[in-house]
Amino acid sequence: MDATGIGAAVRRKEDFRFVTGKGQYTDDIHRPGETHIHFVRSPHAHAKIKSIDTKTAKTMPGVLAVLTGAELADDKIGNLICGWLIHSKDGSPMKMAPHPALARGKACYVGDPVAVVVAETLDAAEDAAEKIAVDYEVLPAVADPAEAQGSGAPQIHEIAPANTIYQWQLGDDKAVAEALKSAKHVTRLHIVNNRLVPNAMEPRAAIGDYDAGNDSFTLWNTTQNPHVARLVISAFVGVAPEHKLRVIAPDVGGGFGSKIFIYPEEIVCLWASKKVGRPVKWVADRTEAFIADAHGRDHVTEAEMGFDADGRITALKVKTIANIGGYMSTFSSSVPTYLYATLLSGQYDIPHIHCEVDAVYTNTVPVDAYRGAGRPEATFVVERLVEVGARELGLDPAELRRKNFIRKFPHQTPVIMAYDEGDYEASLKKALELADHKGFARRKRESERRGRLRGIGFSTYIEACGLAPSQAAGSLGAGVGLWESAEVRVNPTGSVEVLTGSHSHGQGHETTFAQVVADRLGIPIENIAVIHGDTDKVQFGMGTYGSRSAAVGLSAVVKALDKIEAKAKKVASHLLEAAENDIVFKDGKFTVAGTDKSAGWGEVALQAYVAHKFAGAQLEPGLKEGAFYDPVNFTFPAGCHICEVEIDPETGITSIAHWTAVDDFGTVINPMIVEGQVHGGIAQGVGQALLESAVYNKDGQLVNGSLMDYVMPRADNLPSFTIDTTVTKCPGNPLGIKGCGEAGAIAAPAAVINAITDAIGSEDLAMPATPQTVWAAIEKHRPGRMAA
Amino acid sequence: MPAVKLTVNGKPVTADVDPRTLLVQFLRENLRLTGTHVGCDTSQCGACVVHVNGKAVKSCTLLVLTADGADVRTIESLANGDKLHPMQEAFRENHGLQCGFCTPGMIMTAVDMVNRKGNDLDEKTIREELEGNLCRCTGYHNIVKAIAAGAKAMGGGTQAQAAE
Repeated sequence: MDATGIGAAVRRKEDFRFVTGKGQYTDDIHRPGETHIHFVRSPHAHAKIKSIDTKTAKTMPGVLAVLTGAELADDKIGNLICGWLIHSKDGSPMKMAPHPALARGKACYVGDPVAVVVAETLDAAEDAAEKIAVDYEVLPAVADPAEAQGSGAPQIHEIAPANTIYQWQLGDDKAVAEALKSAKHVTRLHIVNNRLVPNAMEPRAAIGDYDAGNDSFTLWNTTQNPHVARLVISAFVGVAPEHKLRVIAPDVGGGFGSKIFIYPEEIVCLWASKKVGRPVKWVADRTEAFIADAHGRDHVTEAEMGFDADGRITALKVKTIANIGGYMSTFSSSVPTYLYATLLSGQYDIPHIHCEVDAVYTNTVPVDAYRGAGRPEATFVVERLVEVGARELGLDPAELRRKNFIRKFPHQTPVIMAYDEGDYEASLKKALELADHKGFARRKRESERRGRLRGIGFSTYIEACGLAPSQAAGSLGAGVGLWESAEVRVNPTGSVEVLTGSHSHGQGHETTFAQVVADRLGIPIENIAVIHGDTDKVQFGMGTYGSRSAAVGLSAVVKALDKIEAKAKKVASHLLEAAENDIVFKDGKFTVAGTDKSAGWGEVALQAYVAHKFAGAQLEPGLKEGAFYDPVNFTFPAGCHICEVEIDPETGITSIAHWTAVDDFGTVINPMIVEGQVHGGIAQGVGQALLESAVYNKDGQLVNGSLMDYVMPRADNLPSFTIDTTVTKCPGNPLGIKGCGEAGAIAAPAAVINAITDAIGSEDLAMPATPQTVWAAIEKHRPGRMAA
Repeated sequence: MPAVKLTVNGKPVTADVDPRTLLVQFLRENLRLTGTHVGCDTSQCGACVVHVNGKAVKSCTLLVLTADGADVRTIESLANGDKLHPMQEAFRENHGLQCGFCTPGMIMTAVDMVNRKGNDLDEKTIREELEGNLCRCTGYHNIVKAIAAGAKAMGGGTQAQAAE
């Protein structure tokens, strides 16, 4: 390892522009002649649209167009799609209702776009929008997933009776029933995994720009996967053919999943730009983002875990209702199924698992992947059951975990996944030491002396990342392959451009990807540029989500570098007049083995392009190679997070006293960046556990749809974290990387709730554990006190 | 349209504006100083923090007309060419940013914090003082570290104050 290679905490190449305000986010981009668009959204959760009167709006000053779903249909713009086909247990395919970019005939959630105004200025568009008269017939609404299938619930989409999209299952229900029957002890939990709003700090934005001269479109968009956006918008929605549509994702200010999906707004901006013959720009307000960005989580679960007399887990049974919202978002179907139930084995050797999932429509914003996507929900189920099970059995929660850890690899779980490598004991052991677990009893006594409650909670999580082997994903219903692409272009001067299909929206690819190239080619990191986020520059790629950029994207880079090295050796053999097999490449230098004859990287790069030392018949000039890397398996990052809380029983205010995280991410390219990913993930997980929840009332109104009302974690809600790693390399990819982006968000909620329930001595606690919730839980179980 | 006259990053600026124009809109749209960001519409996130007459202000809470005559400094004013302000350098050195969207507001808040509270800032003070700034990426851990380090560097450096 040198100062910039694999394993070095290289300071980020991208930071200069960000700390000086020179980043270029979509809203910072201005196109000549740009116009502004405003979306008119349904104020009702469920309503028939009887008519839309746009006459007055069209006459307002500065207005260029007023468009509705009718015009969209006239122009044969297709519907949005969900790209992962799930089949119910009866074999029937999921019930995907039509999802037009502008509602036609009916609005299905508060925020469903029903019309747009395009105008010279945003003020003019907003003023005109107020003059659009939409005649709604308000229908009964349902927002709670637990009520969506009931006889009293309104029918949202004709195609889905009882609002049920699918009734899916995984695992052997009979074996689980038998095992639970004969279990010595069964722990049962009712779990609500609260609904979250991703709230990346940069609101979503889009600029659609139609070029009449070439009959082509450009879309600047806050997307995590520009090629996937282009594919869906061309192949399914049909705004423009793929080769006539350029999608550019410039600097993107956070995503956390919410910028994976293809949304109505970018489609309408593109379509409208052709209508008005000028660029059309949309930037979400934050309050608009609350009702326009896909939400996350929102599960209601009944779960049972069986234990034998020794505390070994014998079976796990899970029944979940997953809220999908008013329409099926791009990958919504996969989140509560193959990204969820497949992780229910956790770090444990569980012989029998069965999971049933009903996905339901409700009159709420569509729900899709949010940091962790299914895996936080699975981890919460497993880690709560294990912790509560230990308490009920009178066993130490760490010991119960130890007893059940998988210790032999590879390990085939009963829920599809084959874990390749791991050492769960190592991360638990290190975390217990770092958390000074032995000193907890003393700290608890100290807290008690001050009238405070203290608790400790564990979360020994696992996740499946590096999404995903394409064949496997395809067999499970994915509409796409989940490989990644890379191209390495060596310039005649020896500098290098890496074009990756991955996309950075905060993860630091421009640095980590360059580190891998610098390490391999022995050239200065300054001489390497990483290019991403533009479909006209970069070959087709699948983008960034599911902690896949390093595990899959960098593997593609390594594969391309293998080819570069092989080709460069051929060039060097001509330059050095030696046999190709005798050329050794090390530290940026090509040497003829056993001699002092050598050539530098720059010489060979130049020679590849001037081609003076070899004939075209012998070798093609140039030094540029591409690769597509398809993973052989998922990767399985895992670790142990320990949360210690202190609670004021008089107010219910919970403060996190200590946080310890020991994660196994396999090979780490840049520990500074990896630690940052863990910090951010924990913060989002703590947010879910203590602060955040999207609350809908009975009428389907989002009652906390702004940053005034929705509680985001702030600096004084969080402690500094103690972070460390253990390493077992992933055997499946060339660098041994597992991925780190989602770990914190997956591990954290269970650790927090396990700690609070430990402190208050009651398991009866829902997320988010606000002061009021915690106080009420304490009061309810306090002898001689009135229930809250 | 009424006229507004102010100094932005040391340069005098005069413009006729729609009276509804917020300071942040004026900076971003009229002057194309796009380093100042808009992350919310309720003055919660702090991505738009600039300095007005030496004090940190959320530029989304101010009509540009009410800033008439003011001295406004944005993130673009901090570095001296390639030489970063110590607080900018501290954010880079401590990995106090990921996506970079909240960063300009964080740095402007941090510099103001040092101006008011001095160069020796403890963790508790920094966390409390960050009440008005949201970050979704970093979990604040490295922002807190960066501000503590940047505060110290501002005390020891010379170019820091010069640029500010």
